[in-house]
Amino acid sequence: MLADYSVQHSLRRETKMAKDLVNTLADLKEQEAVKIVKDRLNAGEDPLKIMGDARKGMEIVGKRFASSEYFIPDLVYSGEILKAVTELVKPKLAKATESKKLGKIVFGTVAGDIHDIGKDIVVFMLDVSGFEVHDLGVDVPTQKFVDKIKETGAPIVGLSGFLALAFDSMKDTVEAIKKAGLRDKVKIMIGGGQITDEIKNYTGADAYGKDAMTGVTLAKKWVGAS
Amino acid sequence: MSSDEKQEALFQKWMSPEGVQFKSPEAEKLYKERATRIKNAVQLKKKPDRVPVFLIPSFAPAYYSGLTPREAMYDYEKTNQAWKKFYLDIQPDAHFGAVAPGPGKFFDILDYKLYKWPGHGVPEDTTYQCIEGEYMMADEYDALMQDPTHFFNTVYLPRIFGKLEPFKQLPNLTTFVEIYGTGITFFPYGLPDVQAAFKALLEAGSEALKWMGYFGAFFKEMTELGFPAGQVGYTKAPFDIIADTLRGTRGVMMDMYRQPDKIIAAMDAMLPFWIQKGAIEAKMGGCPIIFIPLHKGADGFMSNEQYKKFYWPYLKKIIVGLVNEGVFPFLWAEGGYNSRLEIIRDLPKGKTAWLFDIVDIEKAKKALDGIACVCGTMPTDLLTVGNPQQAIDHAKKCIDVAGKGGGYIMSNGAFFDNVKWNTLKAIVETVKKYGVYK
Repeated sequence: MLADYSVQHSLRRETKMAKDLVNTLADLKEQEAVKIVKDRLNAGEDPLKIMGDARKGMEIVGKRFASSEYFIPDLVYSGEILKAVTELVKPKLAKATESKKLGKIVFGTVAGDIHDIGKDIVVFMLDVSGFEVHDLGVDVPTQKFVDKIKETGAPIVGLSGFLALAFDSMKDTVEAIKKAGLRDKVKIMIGGGQITDEIKNYTGADAYGKDAMTGVTLAKKWVGAS
Repeated sequence: MSSDEKQEALFQKWMSPEGVQFKSPEAEKLYKERATRIKNAVQLKKKPDRVPVFLIPSFAPAYYSGLTPREAMYDYEKTNQAWKKFYLDIQPDAHFGAVAPGPGKFFDILDYKLYKWPGHGVPEDTTYQCIEGEYMMADEYDALMQDPTHFFNTVYLPRIFGKLEPFKQLPNLTTFVEIYGTGITFFPYGLPDVQAAFKALLEAGSEALKWMGYFGAFFKEMTELGFPAGQVGYTKAPFDIIADTLRGTRGVMMDMYRQPDKIIAAMDAMLPFWIQKGAIEAKMGGCPIIFIPLHKGADGFMSNEQYKKFYWPYLKKIIVGLVNEGVFPFLWAEGGYNSRLEIIRDLPKGKTAWLFDIVDIEKAKKALDGIACVCGTMPTDLLTVGNPQQAIDHAKKCIDVAGKGGGYIMSNGAFFDNVKWNTLKAIVETVKKYGVYK
């Protein structure tokens, strides 16, 4: 009886703490989230479970961003909290525990443009939404996109750019993908401050996302996960 | 003088510039017409004869004349010629200086680290780009606030100019008032690396002076040709001062959570410097219109709640501070601004103009009608890939909606570079024909 009670009590306690981590992360309470993770690790809890809860918290963050409750500072800060949580949990994670991914995406800021904040936010949201993102960085030459698509077999490509010169770089990149015979194997999304439907048509991309969550929605749609 | 009288005096100086020999009676007539048109549009007191049209280019005039942005930053004479050709060919209602972001050589001499520019980190035929970073650390707010000038001289400038790194050793001269302690205070000026840094600064200063010669000559010639200056200087929103190139976008977003009070206190500390900058440049340039480019308060960059806490109150302080000095703030909301329209209505009437990049122009006009002049919004995608007919349709729509009753200036919404010239010209021509008030 006593043993039973203690198991139940500890289960209840674990569920409560799990819920706490999901909520504190979703509410962007950095110190509380870090403390809960430390406590749970000290209590010997399965680190995978902790990461699972962190992901649930991030899902809520994503939803709040999509519904305009959260904005870019909140997203960036949530990323910082997740980073702190991951750093605590990672050393305790056994290898071969990679969770199953929704699909691969090749992503980068196009040639001539070095802006990375928008790109990083989209990459981050795709990553926490379960995609395996191959981030090629900024000022990425067209050939590098082509090579990475071949190497990974990714069915989705994301092209980011802030400057007007990126319109042509995006167009060139889409062309290069076409020339390499890969155009019908990939869906291409573009995004950035000055991107519109007009520019989507100009570049020959399949779609544009006005913000990070639109990018996630598009990617999920394209892999049939939505 | 009251602030209204101060502003009127600055406007009069701008409308009747002293000592100018216009190239022709026609040029003089055009100058007066254009200046009057702009003044009436921005002050909201009178309906202008037609909607004014501005073109505020980045490197567009260089591309228009077949110069690379690199040449535009390094060859000041070629830049002046290219910019002149651009304005003479297209004939907007104001010029905005040949302000290619030169002098390129200045940046070379001092090893500028804040930007990449054509031929220095980015190709010669593309525009400059800012390198995001934390140029002020999270724990340096107190040092900034305590003594902004000393912080800039000994911490910030040594970080953004490689050649000024030895300035880290410079003393704070506000502690020198006696005969004792002289050597202890001033010895850093004798250090070989500090002296080398000063030599570099003197050399860079000579280059800046050379550039100013061309810059001034351009202003003079454009005035003589009948083009008033659309603005003569700039200042910044306090949040952007901290967020753009001190703490950086990421840094400031962390601070909004971890040390919000420090951001607010730092903005208050920076305010007087940046109000003074705008007031000095307006007086020096003989024009009341001062630009305030707005960055991190754009749609999506923060919530309205955050905007009301961190952005608007301090931007408003800059605006009111400038207005008190007779300056006419010309705010340039880069990016989207739809979500802020209701908030920015809280302004003295007829004292500001707002240039929008991406906005629902109908909503903007409705929100600011009778409060501020609305400017914009030729979109970048239209200028870059649109055809002349699309441009004409767009211009007409803007004039119908925002031009009603005056208080509107047609303008590009974002800096532009290599665009479709026929599309650009079609917009200007449409405004001149279709934008006449009857």
